[in-house]
Amino acid sequence: MRPPDSRKALGGLLPLLAALVVLWPARALAETVTLWHSYRGTEEAALVDLAKAYERAHPGTTVEVLGIPFEAYAAKLEAAIPRAHGPDVFIQAQQWIGAYVAEGLIAPAGDAFPDGDIAAFDPVSVHAVTSSGTRYAVPLADKCVALYVNDALVPSTPETLEGLLALPMRPGVYPLAYQVNNAYYHAPLLHAFGGRLLDDEGHFAFTGEAAARSLEFARGLVVSGKVPDEASGALVKELFVSGRAAAVIDGPWLAADLGDAPGLRYHVEPLPLLAETGAPLRPLLTVEGVFVTPAGAARPSARAFARWLGGEESSLARATRAGQVVPRVAVWQDGALVRDARLQAFHSAAARAEPMSSSTAMQSAWEPANQAIKKVLRGDVPAREALLEARRRFLDTTRAPPPAASPWPAFLLLGLLTLAGAAALLRRVRAPAFREELRRSISAYAYVAHAVLAVVLLVVLPLAAGAATSLFAGRETPRYVGLANYAAILTARGGPLLGHGSFYLTLLVTILWTVANVTLHVAIGLALGIALSKPVLRLRPVYRVLLILPWAVPSYVTALAWKGMFHRQFGAVNALLAALGVPPVSWFSHFSTAFAANVATNVWLGFPFMMVVTMGALTSIPKDVLEAAEVDGATRWQGFRLVTLPLLAPALLPAVILGAVWTFNMFNVVFLVSGGEPDGTTDILVSEAYRWAFTRDKQFGYAAAYAVLIFLLLAMTSRAFGRRQGGLEKEEAT
Amino acid sequence: MKRLLSALVHVALVSACAFAVYPLLWVVMLALSPTGPGGSARLLPLASAPSLDNFRAVVGWGSAGASWLFARQLANSLLVSLSTAFVAIVIATPAAYALARFRFIGAKGGLRALLATQMFPAVASAVPLYLLLDVLHLLDSRTGLILVYASTAVPFAIFQLRGAFLAIPVDIEEAAMVDGASRARAFFLVVLPAARPALAVTALFAFMSAWNEFILAATLLSKKTAYTLPVVIQSYVQEQSTSWGPFAASAILVSVPVMALFYVAQRQLVSGLTAGGVKG
Repeated sequence: MRPPDSRKALGGLLPLLAALVVLWPARALAETVTLWHSYRGTEEAALVDLAKAYERAHPGTTVEVLGIPFEAYAAKLEAAIPRAHGPDVFIQAQQWIGAYVAEGLIAPAGDAFPDGDIAAFDPVSVHAVTSSGTRYAVPLADKCVALYVNDALVPSTPETLEGLLALPMRPGVYPLAYQVNNAYYHAPLLHAFGGRLLDDEGHFAFTGEAAARSLEFARGLVVSGKVPDEASGALVKELFVSGRAAAVIDGPWLAADLGDAPGLRYHVEPLPLLAETGAPLRPLLTVEGVFVTPAGAARPSARAFARWLGGEESSLARATRAGQVVPRVAVWQDGALVRDARLQAFHSAAARAEPMSSSTAMQSAWEPANQAIKKVLRGDVPAREALLEARRRFLDTTRAPPPAASPWPAFLLLGLLTLAGAAALLRRVRAPAFREELRRSISAYAYVAHAVLAVVLLVVLPLAAGAATSLFAGRETPRYVGLANYAAILTARGGPLLGHGSFYLTLLVTILWTVANVTLHVAIGLALGIALSKPVLRLRPVYRVLLILPWAVPSYVTALAWKGMFHRQFGAVNALLAALGVPPVSWFSHFSTAFAANVATNVWLGFPFMMVVTMGALTSIPKDVLEAAEVDGATRWQGFRLVTLPLLAPALLPAVILGAVWTFNMFNVVFLVSGGEPDGTTDILVSEAYRWAFTRDKQFGYAAAYAVLIFLLLAMTSRAFGRRQGGLEKEEAT
Repeated sequence: MKRLLSALVHVALVSACAFAVYPLLWVVMLALSPTGPGGSARLLPLASAPSLDNFRAVVGWGSAGASWLFARQLANSLLVSLSTAFVAIVIATPAAYALARFRFIGAKGGLRALLATQMFPAVASAVPLYLLLDVLHLLDSRTGLILVYASTAVPFAIFQLRGAFLAIPVDIEEAAMVDGASRARAFFLVVLPAARPALAVTALFAFMSAWNEFILAATLLSKKTAYTLPVVIQSYVQEQSTSWGPFAASAILVSVPVMALFYVAQRQLVSGLTAGGVKG
């Protein structure tokens, strides 16, 4: 059998060759600088035009700009740069400096940001891109939150937050809205009370008196109805646009989104003072800068471009065209910017903001901080208790990696296993019956060869390599730690075995999750598939296409739509309950309701697949068999149970078993809908693994150990199931 | 009695359709609202001032460059997803047939290993995969993406097709072979047509898995003109804000080809009755 897609492979190779042909001489003759970014909208448009302007001004240099979705951006940088497939320069927020320096993804900015340029930038931004005395980026844009005020509802803005909250409002209008249960948006309050999220040494500082007071203040806002609860960015925007929030705290991205909302007149100003302490609400400051990769640092053209991108011409263009708050001092004398009150407001807000820590500990601080805020706002626990617990969790996840272990026991074990395997194989091969069997098998191997090759190479190999990382720990210099990661997981990190977030508790939730989903998927899919297979049914094609829709629309959009439907105040589900006279449910405050919300979403997403599989399977059952069952006087239920189901089972079983496995590992619904709320209790094993890999400072070894344990659990279960039922390996009956 | 039952079936189907469609109406509403979500506590998702602006923005209406780019990305998506389905079927069908019809050494172990690949979360496998494709010189190429997608879809495809082949009576194949057909001929003329419904389901599944994937596509492709549509859709999601209008509009746009494809495939799901060619 020849390779199935040799023509396609060739078709794919051609552009690759073309790229090589184009790129090689380009590197030698005309310089090409590659720039990666994750901007969109006007920011992206301005950047692309600037790159063209640079090319015009510097003949001989080409700038290749690539926009990458935010979700994939960090992962792509980390995969590509160490393997020399990365860009020369890239745009990223300054809080990544700590991580990128540790991983060797960036070089010092060098002559892209010489000493002579320091005075040209705002001091706070220069400070933000400096780590241990070295400047790592050319600052491009300041991002921090400020106060958006609806001019029609607030004639003159009070000086203090309390004054703003006390303004008389029509019923149904909030004096203020912001993402109250998000640590990033809570930070201004925290700073006004004198607290911090992280101290200068990268220790968790969201604890103590100031933090507790800030949380109690925030809870007061929600309880008194001055500020809406569970507000997402979309909800904040909606409330502001529709005149149901007199003021909102949000970043420059809101202005970009508002565009020219009809009938809305607003202005922006820095956050007010907090009367209780007399201190201003100081937001967290993110400084986006252009970073130089090690490859880019070696090339003068890349450094020159990075410097130019932070320069005056570029800054002015980005400020006027994309509304960026550029930290370039001279630009703010320009007439267009002097008149732009909104940009001026953000600029002065940035001047008093607190730069976000660029320590890697920041990555691990968000999750415990957010959980504490949510718990206090729900009224589950007093603020002090929640903060102490957050600190415990931070310390737990940032615990020093286990000591290095000697790899010799593993080598020895591996050697012994290889020997034993070889011996067993040899014994089998020697048996004459085996040779006979092997000879007969050869012809079958021709059928499976390319499947084996494809799956082993592109599926098994990466998974095995991933599994191997479970024996390592430590981020900068991963070291072999033996089974220490497994030991930590299986002993619940020394905590109670059924304690919060422990492996065993999460396993129970995962089992419950799998059983609930698969049962509903199969029941609904089977029922609909059978109903839709009746040829006499009218409107059959219409039903079919409508019922397939949940599968057809991308789940990363629809899962978010579901999350919106479960919002306590503004969700459609509670609106429906209200129409039925049921009081509103706070869906993500309790395990049972949050779990139900996740299941509802996942059932909705998954039943069409089972329905289609059922429809496919039903076609293989001869009609006369079913008819014969009915003639025999069997009731419909008996006919279904005794005739249809047993005939369907072999064709459905693979889908059901794989469906169960997939559901067990279905992390994105949990991520997108409940996000683990309340307090991480609805997380399943795989979402816990992803948290270790991505929100707890990239502890890939620990995450991989979770993955291996999940695999072992599933493999053992299917083995046990297979022994009893025959499972997938059931041999052909005939 | 029959009428009552039929009415009940219709009631059940209509409720199921309502369940299926209702959340999507919110997505449609978002896509039609130029100013973003209209989410007050309402039952009916109606856009206050419906407009097609978001759809125009997504397809680059009025700008030749932008719409050309969108067309190329749509073409990429179609090319990658159709090729994925095709390659997955081509790889999986002979293997599934062998696993259904022949007894050979390693068949049981192979099936078990295939199932095992589905059990392993890919949480730490992105970097190894990247390294591997680098070694194979398949980075930044749609071929590499297609091969990865297809290989990922192969295990399910093999299970699904093996189930279908097992359900086809051996007699019809043997009858053909007795009539003088070679095994290959019998396979193509008798077995494959009988397995059409399963082939349709499998192809649809492989197509879907490629059609909506964006993390790998964004990681492996480094040219805007090579991007697939999910990568473009996902770029409407930023760290602090999401452009809900274009996000929803593009999600609706990419589901249209899927619905068309399903409409075509569903014929296969009802007419694949050739299995009854030899009854009993």
